[in-house]
Amino acid sequence: MRAFSYERATSVEAAAKAAARNPEAKFIAGGTNILDLMKLEIEQPSHLIDVNGLGLDTIEKTSDGGLRIGAFVRNTDLAANETVRRDYALLSRALVAGASGQLRNKATTAGNLLQRTRCPYFYDPNQPCNKRQPGSGCSAIGGFTRQLGVVGVSDACIATHPSDMAVAMRALDAVVETTGATGEKRAIPIADLHRLPGDTPHIETVLERGELITGVVLPKPAGGKHIYRKVRDRASYAFALVSVGAVVHPDGTGSIAIGGIAPKPWRIEAAESELPKGARTASAILLADARPTEHNRFKVDLVERTLGAVLAEARG
Amino acid sequence: MEFDKPATTNPIDQLKVVGKPVHRIDGESKTTGRAIYAYEWHDPKVAYAYGYPVGSSIAKGRVLSIDSAAVRKAPGVLGVVTTLDVGDLEKGKYNTAKLFGGSEVQHYHQAVAVVIAETFEQARAAAALIRIDYAAEKGRFDLKAEKTSAKTPEPSTEPESAAGDFQAAFSAAPITLDAEYTTPDQSHAMMEPHASIAAWNGDEITLWTSSQMIDWWRTDLATTLGIEKEKVHLMSPFIGGGFGGKLFLRADAVLAALAAKKIGRPVKVALPRPMIPNNTTHRPATIQRIRIGAERSGKITAIAHESWSGDLPGGGPEPAVMQTRLLYAGENRITAMKLATLDLPEGNAMRAPGEAPGLMALEIAMDEMAEKLGMDPIEFRILNDTQVDPENPERPFSYRDLVGCLKLGAQKFGWDKRPRTGTKREGNWMVGMGVAAAFRNNLVMPSGARVKLDAEGTVTVETDMTDIGTGSYTIIAQTAAEMMGVTVDKVAVQLGDSRFPVSAGSGGQFGANSATSGVYAACVKLREAITAKLGINSTDVVFEDGQVKSGSRVVSLAEAAGPDGLVGEDTMEWGDLTKTHQQSTFGGHFVEVGVDVATGETRIRRMLAVCAAGRILNPITARSQVIGAMTMGAGGALMEELSVDTRHGFFVNHDLAGYEVPVHADIPHQEVIFLDETDPYSSPMKAKGVGELGLCGVSAAIANAIYNATGVRVRDYPITLDKLLEKLPDVA
Repeated sequence: MRAFSYERATSVEAAAKAAARNPEAKFIAGGTNILDLMKLEIEQPSHLIDVNGLGLDTIEKTSDGGLRIGAFVRNTDLAANETVRRDYALLSRALVAGASGQLRNKATTAGNLLQRTRCPYFYDPNQPCNKRQPGSGCSAIGGFTRQLGVVGVSDACIATHPSDMAVAMRALDAVVETTGATGEKRAIPIADLHRLPGDTPHIETVLERGELITGVVLPKPAGGKHIYRKVRDRASYAFALVSVGAVVHPDGTGSIAIGGIAPKPWRIEAAESELPKGARTASAILLADARPTEHNRFKVDLVERTLGAVLAEARG
Repeated sequence: MEFDKPATTNPIDQLKVVGKPVHRIDGESKTTGRAIYAYEWHDPKVAYAYGYPVGSSIAKGRVLSIDSAAVRKAPGVLGVVTTLDVGDLEKGKYNTAKLFGGSEVQHYHQAVAVVIAETFEQARAAAALIRIDYAAEKGRFDLKAEKTSAKTPEPSTEPESAAGDFQAAFSAAPITLDAEYTTPDQSHAMMEPHASIAAWNGDEITLWTSSQMIDWWRTDLATTLGIEKEKVHLMSPFIGGGFGGKLFLRADAVLAALAAKKIGRPVKVALPRPMIPNNTTHRPATIQRIRIGAERSGKITAIAHESWSGDLPGGGPEPAVMQTRLLYAGENRITAMKLATLDLPEGNAMRAPGEAPGLMALEIAMDEMAEKLGMDPIEFRILNDTQVDPENPERPFSYRDLVGCLKLGAQKFGWDKRPRTGTKREGNWMVGMGVAAAFRNNLVMPSGARVKLDAEGTVTVETDMTDIGTGSYTIIAQTAAEMMGVTVDKVAVQLGDSRFPVSAGSGGQFGANSATSGVYAACVKLREAITAKLGINSTDVVFEDGQVKSGSRVVSLAEAAGPDGLVGEDTMEWGDLTKTHQQSTFGGHFVEVGVDVATGETRIRRMLAVCAAGRILNPITARSQVIGAMTMGAGGALMEELSVDTRHGFFVNHDLAGYEVPVHADIPHQEVIFLDETDPYSSPMKAKGVGELGLCGVSAAIANAIYNATGVRVRDYPITLDKLLEKLPDVA
């Protein structure tokens, strides 16, 4: 871990400004991901801006019947919130499928969205990685790739986004609210938050320097059955091989986002109109551009089968 | 004392303390944080420095140069020791890969430097500044690719055995199986990382470390440092898990010793978790071919087990065929091991080496064969039971009740309710049951102890035996209490110190039986010293209630000890009973699984182990050993695999996020039954090893349960969902 300076931000605007001033600065909230990465020197911020004191830790109804989740609401609190459990059960189920109780007690809503990939080559500083060292090459491609992405990937990077929460947020059409370095506010649909890797896998989101996530807004409850199905090798405390977050209505329509297969929560709205026809048709659209490796080809089949099980559960 | 005749009645048979469910005597110190582990030794008067190791970024080649200029300028840095600075060091007798010293790189993450600083954080930060130039060489990293170049290893590994005419019998057999099975590289994944603190006093060194085998480490550290063994004092009283990963001297000890010497201060070194899988040893992958031929009645007439594994030059094979020499009858048989040269990290002992991966293959093969014969897999095993060493039929087993384990297990588990293959569904779960035999040899090792009696009547046992979480402290206290006629609370046990008599140590499930036998021998000496001092003719002497009784004479132990106390010391040596009689432990593993029909996820529903392992010294600690081992078997069956990058020669998933071991949610229900038996050929304790038995066969029982649930036979461990998916029913 490199030596770093540290400050506690006193306001959202001050935090954003401080971050914009120093290109090597990073925000820290729960710290469940960045501290590990700093110990391995995968992240090397020279300055940390602690945003835990900014509040933004409440969950409130919006005027149009939706829900605003503060950026620093802990995952545990979000999963346990009564409104979330009743009206956005998908989100609650996705949250408790992730990490462990101890980690969820610390991890925040904003931090969860911004957590970095778990690609083992990203985690080994001896190995070239375009995310870690732009232009150094991808050592995962051609190596051990069972956990890695099958769709949305590029020749520069095949890493996945590891979040469960973000998959649910994507299916629920969440909007991410931010404040920029000059105080301007943005509302970014979650579909647009994460970028695909292309030639620049180290640039993972559309956030600009200094831009701070202040909250996530969910639209008014969509009803339907909420299912989060996470498929993994062990029963708990493992990243998804494939996960399906689904809101399914009685007429068979709904919204579907897939985790574990792409650099971002994977959703293609065109697939959803095919949902009443079954999982095969819908997953064919979701994975039309899939380019799996020898090790992770099974994920293509697994998406279809898991989606099939989810739709059957919704019908059941 | 030499144990060269079967045991007769002795004080242990009183079973006033031995065999009782005594809670761990060290339990409170562990649950309250007062048990001091290697890295935690702390003397407030000592200014400890911190060493952070640097591992090689190549798998094979040479270190050309090391630039540590920036390291030396970093805050808090006290020194750097590099592999080039120290030059070639002599390798310990038990190590295959060298741990440190010289320019040659034999494997990924081999230690090439240690950076020493005032704080751990300073050492870690400075270590990242080191610049190393390597000349990488092409290596051999893929067992499958090297299989054809594998050779028969050293005769000392007993690579081959044969009896009868296998080929002829196999060709003539009406029912045959010929199948290949693979097991992956695996990592010990103990909780406590390898860690050491070294402190020099002149030319003498004290090392606090985490070691299963005190004397092996002491010897090999002395060899590596080029000093006399007597100059090394080693302490390892508490160990946070070993599983074979701490049998042999490791780099943290060498680096701490060299770093402490360099800066003239005590230095702490722990291996960072991401360095452990590649820096230390692992269980080597195997490719196994099994052929079985049987008569239509189910009687095995021919059995062959061959295994291929790889290791660095000078290393040995994974002895995966050993159980097949002994487990089942059959007149015509061969076993053979072949060893390929691989430039991966050193392969070595891990969690029941040999039998664990060997039974993963053999016990699937037995299940397949039973199916071909149309027999129940338990009936098939019982039919082929043997009471003699099948390669040397004149040599009997000392005691063998495999059949008893299988029959009782079947009854307790409800084996008669096993569904027909692929027919039982509960919602989305395909449900099945599996069985496997458990088998592990009972090894014995010389083991010494010193037992002191003081004027308070307290009995203190000193031995360099280790407790790696197994319960050694407790069963040693029980043994001494039984022998001396006191209660457990009157016994103090001191372990893991090289100043104490050399013991068996912990490994190969030889620890419990061997070490308690050493304590038995020392207690016999102490009893003799007591009776001699009291002038008692020892034929009618009784030690009980804290007293020595002879006829009408009763003397308290405290009084007998007197102000100077009394000492007994001895080492248990072993005669040739292990040669004349095959000593092994047996069991039956029963597992029920559910396999998700859509996703192929396997989840264990319940597990039962029935174990026949001689006298059980303490049912609480023995059960704890067995359920831990069953959990390892679940890991081996379903998830544990070090994934090899065959281009660059390293284990890719080298931390506990990537290398998955079971969590609580994977292990819903476990039951353990011990058969009530004694084996007088094993030792005066009449006990045998049991810890590793609990692992042997578990993974195959799970594999067989998956087959019973799904009808899909997977012969390639771990049985992850991707290997099942294509053959599961269509659900879309």
